[in-house]
Amino acid sequence: MKRLLRPLINGILRENPILVLMIGLCPTLAVSNAAINGIYMGLAATFVLVGSNFIISIIRKIVPDQIRIPIFITIIATFVTIVDMVMHAFVPDMYKILGIFIPLIVVNCIILGRAEAFAYHYGVIESIGDGIGMGLGFTIILVVLGGIRELLGNGTLFGLQVMPPAYKPVLLMILPPGAFLTIGFLQAIQRYRGGGG
Amino acid sequence: MGERFCVSAPPHIKSKYDARYIMHQVSIALIPPTVAGIVFFGGRAILVLLISVLSSIFWERIILKIKGEKRPLDGSEIVTGLLLGLNLSPLVPWWIPVIGTFVAIVLAKELFGGLGFNIFNPALIARAFLLVSWPMEMTTWMSPFNGITQATPLTLLKLQHSYTPYINLFLGNRGGCIGETSVLALLIGAGYLFYRGVIDWKIPIPYVLTVGVLALIFKQDPLFHIMTGGLILGAFFMATDYTTTPITKCGRVIFGISCGVITILIRLFGGYPEGVSFSILFMNAMTPLLDRWTIPKPFGYKTFGRNV
Repeated sequence: MKRLLRPLINGILRENPILVLMIGLCPTLAVSNAAINGIYMGLAATFVLVGSNFIISIIRKIVPDQIRIPIFITIIATFVTIVDMVMHAFVPDMYKILGIFIPLIVVNCIILGRAEAFAYHYGVIESIGDGIGMGLGFTIILVVLGGIRELLGNGTLFGLQVMPPAYKPVLLMILPPGAFLTIGFLQAIQRYRGGGG
Repeated sequence: MGERFCVSAPPHIKSKYDARYIMHQVSIALIPPTVAGIVFFGGRAILVLLISVLSSIFWERIILKIKGEKRPLDGSEIVTGLLLGLNLSPLVPWWIPVIGTFVAIVLAKELFGGLGFNIFNPALIARAFLLVSWPMEMTTWMSPFNGITQATPLTLLKLQHSYTPYINLFLGNRGGCIGETSVLALLIGAGYLFYRGVIDWKIPIPYVLTVGVLALIFKQDPLFHIMTGGLILGAFFMATDYTTTPITKCGRVIFGISCGVITILIRLFGGYPEGVSFSILFMNAMTPLLDRWTIPKPFGYKTFGRNV
């Protein structure tokens, strides 16, 4: 149990992929203009991350070192295709919003990075824990980021009106600069708390 | 702090030009445009400028308290607040300058390390933030004296292809931001800064000339383009900010010319009617690069190995 939990908690806080490792920023900045996007994007990435970490940690002993990257990509792409098709079928609206960023999970550096840095060197249980932790860390930040931007930039949270009607939304927050500003603040808070960086 | 700023070989001269002195001079130079704005736009202008300056001082005090720094205010926050106020329409709601000065002082200046460390002009960052966030509130202009809403000359040009008479542009009898309308008042202020040696010609003059020449090339009225919009205010008061512009002579001229090119491109081909603030912000980002490219060669210095 400890072997599962340690990397899991590690991924959420001390080595949070967005705030500390600073990887996977591209989809983070792009899809975080609403909190609900963050949940779907984060869960999609988490699924791929857990799946690819799991498979890679199983086959790591038989993978030739020279061609490990193409093999990782193939495994990751398999899971991404699953997610892509499932989302297309069951949540078509969300699929339209997230658009290109779902197929692009293939080249998301969190997933390839964890495959290369973690799953390739550790056992199955730890790798699953790492996948869940990293995925949840990614999801939490996406939701927080999306929530802040949606609240300030649109006056809503998960699509519900939160701010009073007199509130004039800060349009900038749902535009790209808002993502950079907010993520900067979140990273500053993380560093202030002494959480690495 | 002083030692760290020695950038060239000795001998050095000690001068009275410290931050406080310069900021006071700029504040004095901003009096004519402020008065002109108040004359043309009346009580609304006083209100906007007052809120702007007071909230600016307020934010500076708050952030210094949070940062735990016990240094006296150096006057830069008054200049920033005043410049932002002069860059707003007289009809903005009261909370616009409050949020604007928060962005200018806290986000654009203090979070980067305070005066001298900011990479963008704080007042312009605030203006860009406000313009992008609340386009409606930020672009409702009023016509002087009577308070009727009216478009700026540049919007009129873009939408109706009508020119505003020169005399109105020169004196300031037109719609626009509080401080940008009166070319005469701005030139008096700029003349004072030249006289005091606070600013030099290397950024504003190439900037203004480039706008004129390019306007001529694109078959527009050059004088109109020079006197309208925020060009004079931007060129003499914003693009001459010490921190965010190049320090080398050559770099400053390139800075001015590039600002002019971008301004005209935005005015004639861009989505916004006015491009002064965005052009200066864009070139602010280029400033470290310009500084590196234009390091002057010391006398007698030779590069060995290859010809430069």
